[in-house]
Amino acid sequence: MLKIADKIFQSRLFTGTGKFSSSVEMENAILASGSELVTVALKRVDMNDTSDDILYHLKHPHIHLLPNTSGVRNAREAVFAAQLAREALETNWIKLEIHPDPKYLMPDPIETLKATEQLAALGFVVLPYIHADPVLCKRLEEVGTAAVMPLGSPIGSNKGLKTFDFLEIIIAQSNVPVIIDAGIGAPSDAAKAMEMGADAVLVNTAIASSANPIEMGKAFKMAVEAGRLAYESGLGRIQSEAISTSPLTSFLND
Amino acid sequence: MTSFKDVFEQYSWEQSKEKIYAATAKDVERALTASQRSLDDFMALVSPAAAAYLEDMAKLSNQLTLQRYGKVIQMYVPLYLSNECNNICTYCGFSYDNKVKRKTLSPMEIMQEVAVIKDMGYNHVLLVTGEANQTVHVDYFEKVLNLIKPHFSHISMEVQPMDVADYERLIPLGLNTVLVYQETYHQEDYRKHHPKGKKSNFDYRLETPDRLGAAGIHKMGLGVLIGLEDWRTDSFFTALHLSYLEKRYWQSKYSLSFPRLRPFSGGLEPKVNMNDRELVQLICAYRIFNQEVELSLSTRETIAFRNNVLKLGITSMSAGSKTNPGGYAVEPESLEQFEISDERSAKEIADMIRIAGYEPVWKDWDSVLNP
Repeated sequence: MLKIADKIFQSRLFTGTGKFSSSVEMENAILASGSELVTVALKRVDMNDTSDDILYHLKHPHIHLLPNTSGVRNAREAVFAAQLAREALETNWIKLEIHPDPKYLMPDPIETLKATEQLAALGFVVLPYIHADPVLCKRLEEVGTAAVMPLGSPIGSNKGLKTFDFLEIIIAQSNVPVIIDAGIGAPSDAAKAMEMGADAVLVNTAIASSANPIEMGKAFKMAVEAGRLAYESGLGRIQSEAISTSPLTSFLND
Repeated sequence: MTSFKDVFEQYSWEQSKEKIYAATAKDVERALTASQRSLDDFMALVSPAAAAYLEDMAKLSNQLTLQRYGKVIQMYVPLYLSNECNNICTYCGFSYDNKVKRKTLSPMEIMQEVAVIKDMGYNHVLLVTGEANQTVHVDYFEKVLNLIKPHFSHISMEVQPMDVADYERLIPLGLNTVLVYQETYHQEDYRKHHPKGKKSNFDYRLETPDRLGAAGIHKMGLGVLIGLEDWRTDSFFTALHLSYLEKRYWQSKYSLSFPRLRPFSGGLEPKVNMNDRELVQLICAYRIFNQEVELSLSTRETIAFRNNVLKLGITSMSAGSKTNPGGYAVEPESLEQFEISDERSAKEIADMIRIAGYEPVWKDWDSVLNP
């Protein structure tokens, strides 16, 4: 079972709330995915309105909200936004997204490290969205991050695990959960990430932009479960040729 | 400081135009299949040769927009604060030489307008004025922003170009987006259409996005007024401007508009007519060229056109708009900038968007994000 901070998750599929054609469709897709952690952009919710449409459709006992700071450009703005989110949404969990570049939405590693340190000190459970940078992951651990969320490829690109080799290093040396965040375009990408040993994946565009988000939510649920089961069972080594019938060390047996 | 002017001067209008009109079917096919599109590809996409590929372009534009933006349309509404103007613009209802009574809203009148706009459901407002520096100046804008900021999550502005220091004063007060349309990148034509007033300075207008970028604006909008000059060439220069700005001011967002000249009493007849097929071609060309840029469609366009073009690349729409100061509550009969074509209410447009399988989004920003 996956544990982040004090919460235990049955599902290793985290989802988003953007790009859906309606709040009802979003709700049904998330329910079909079995996701228990759902990220919501602060900029989309009306924090002064308790009947906000997005929040209303996420009111299920098994769904935890993960507010995100999408739109902020530096650590100062991120910390401010996180504090408001904590007050308005009554959660100290925050998905830290600092992408000063609105074109490719690339995360700023320097501001992200600064903000993580400050927010962790303020008692937040911080889940930062970052490049697949193994050193940055270790630095984030040192300042108290609750997990790391490296990207598979640019947000919304559906390109899959372009950063595969670096994700392997991150997973190998991490002491906190590793959640592969952006770029997962197909259930097979999610399965691959889980087979590698990722603790969870976060999927939004691939579900929301599909022709049938509800069925796609289900497909990702199954892929994440299959990938995790395969990882736990231990995958066989990939052999490029048949095992030699005359081993190089057979002379030692003579 | 270098600016877009340095880039702009490397291009000739005539040569660019020739290149666009010389594009072949092969150029269009290459542009459609490329993974990253260059400015040459954009030229092919707006060329007459691309007309035969309109359905392919529409499919690609739809798909690229869905991937980047999803099934959502952002909703905004203009709030005209003033129709006073010292400029003569041959195509505009607010032109100085149009001898009609002028009006600038007082704080109390602004709040009456705001109340109506809020009732319509809006959270994103676009403030619009003419250029009258003796009454509608940066001090006035400062007052307006302070007045309305508590009521909106996103404030845009389409007013006269200002200096960097002015923008730096207004941005911390909640100014999020500034739209400044070049009208045309054809210099001689620009001069002809703007014979008097500060707006007659082509270069000052051309360099406004640079000043906005230097001031750290969150989003800026570009565009030309379609009808003044050859739309293909003018749109190429818009794309050139966008590409330059994106690389230079990489922290800002961008939006494009493509207003077609609309009639007003005593106004100018368009020199160039752009038909609906051509406007669809342009919208798709912008989207295929640039997946991130926001594309905005106003109530200048007709009901049938707006209903159908919704899925072809558009990301934001206005509805229930009035183009005169006081138009919502205070003085419905005051001088309007242009006649709108789509008079449906905000609710009717929102219903239309939902029926099309999209979600109208009223709030996509929060002032807490840029404290």
